[in-house]
Amino acid sequence: MDLARNWRLKDQRFRLEGTVCAECGAKFFPPRQVCTECKSTNLTPHEFDGHGELYSFTTLRSAPMGYEDQLPYVVGMVKLDEGPIVEAQITDVNPDALKIGQRVEMVTRKLRAYGDDGVIVYGYKFRPVANGA
Amino acid sequence: MRDVSVVGIGQAKVKEHWERSLRDLATEAILGALKDAHVDHADALYVGNMLSGELAGQENLGALIADQVGLRGIEALKVEAACGGGGAALRVGYLAVASGQFDVVIVAGAEKLTETSNCLTTASLAMAADGDYETIHGISFVALNALLMKRYMYEYDLVPEDFAAFTLNAHANAVNNPYAMFRAPITVEQYKKSRDIADPISVMDSAPICDGAAALVLMPTNRLNGNGARAIKIAASASGTDSLGLQDRRDPLWLSAVEISSQKAYAQAGIAPQDVDLFEVHDAFSIMSVMSLEAAGFAERGRGALLAREGQIGIQGKLPLSTMGGLKARGHPVGATGVYQAVEAVTQLRGQAGKNQVPDAHIAMTQSLGGVAANAVTHIFTN
Repeated sequence: MDLARNWRLKDQRFRLEGTVCAECGAKFFPPRQVCTECKSTNLTPHEFDGHGELYSFTTLRSAPMGYEDQLPYVVGMVKLDEGPIVEAQITDVNPDALKIGQRVEMVTRKLRAYGDDGVIVYGYKFRPVANGA
Repeated sequence: MRDVSVVGIGQAKVKEHWERSLRDLATEAILGALKDAHVDHADALYVGNMLSGELAGQENLGALIADQVGLRGIEALKVEAACGGGGAALRVGYLAVASGQFDVVIVAGAEKLTETSNCLTTASLAMAADGDYETIHGISFVALNALLMKRYMYEYDLVPEDFAAFTLNAHANAVNNPYAMFRAPITVEQYKKSRDIADPISVMDSAPICDGAAALVLMPTNRLNGNGARAIKIAASASGTDSLGLQDRRDPLWLSAVEISSQKAYAQAGIAPQDVDLFEVHDAFSIMSVMSLEAAGFAERGRGALLAREGQIGIQGKLPLSTMGGLKARGHPVGATGVYQAVEAVTQLRGQAGKNQVPDAHIAMTQSLGGVAANAVTHIFTN
């Protein structure tokens, strides 16, 4: 995997940095340059706070190359409190105890490695919040 | 714009073709289509394909395949729209003839998915999704569909068995299709017992990884001359897009691209959804069938699964689906699939579908999706 491609995504992977439309206030993650709501190109960075609820989830029994050693693992769609949906792995969890609508929060974890001598990619995953905070 | 007709069809059997290459399969399908059309030349060739570069180390398929079929020198291009590449190639071929640019165009789809390891093929198929924001998290293409199916079941209070009728229908129809991969019927018990790939999607909800090629010959309707006897008109050709990643959709359970391309196609053909006699739906996963039926206007939102449960999707039903086995049982050689759908629609409208013949079939619709309906290409055929 190209170093530059991962380096360039550091603000998204480590801080959930998206964009907010200065005209209509719509918030986006991933960041985009043109607002889908009002077509404005006046968008500025916006850091999401990493809390939301589980919109959907699934446990993979068959993995793409590079993720086989993580099987079985859970991925989900998280609806952030500020609006956008983020897709990521759901970690620190017993899949049988997960429920749609459950509160989750962002954590930073290893996403994958490219061999013993290759790049290790870090980024966001989500985990359940104790007491539904 | 000129009216366009399909004058020839050809296809290779869908299976794991370990002994045959992409060029062999494409050549078989194209020579079959040229013979069926009674023509020995073409002005252009458009090849639908998704993963030849990634899995076979081969790009530039247009030049390769044009040369292999004896047409070195003509315009020839690969058309890519992930798993919707076949439909997209037909769309490009249609435009080339309709515009007046060319009089004889070959549209082919060819794909080989089975000679690499399962995890490499799985990773490659996931390239249909957003690389930076979906697949980096280990989210496979099956998993994306599983996320939608689980949420759909939650919102509409369904269980996996509510989706079984699509799979049973596809397998029942494939029994009579000599080109299909799975030619054995299955039961609800087999459906319920099948193993999960990514819950709630099991092997029985999911189209197989396979190889295949199919081809069409297109000509302007007013220049058919001796080729007109079995010609089938393309009454509509339309496509639309949605965000590539599911995370960018305000309403992930609605397939906007399907709605856009279907509505354009109905307007172009001058018909309503209820006029369609058979629908070759993109049933890569049963949830895609359900959501496509809703977005294309065949069922109200949340009621797509009911169409199948009420027995409306069989050959004798109100809206026959996947009449030759669909993606689930004919097989889904991704970039070739949209062309197989068109070949099957033409077979039905010619009245050559044998035991699977839809009675009084006059209007057939095909829909080819790229990604999780990030790209939707719809065609309507009439006889």
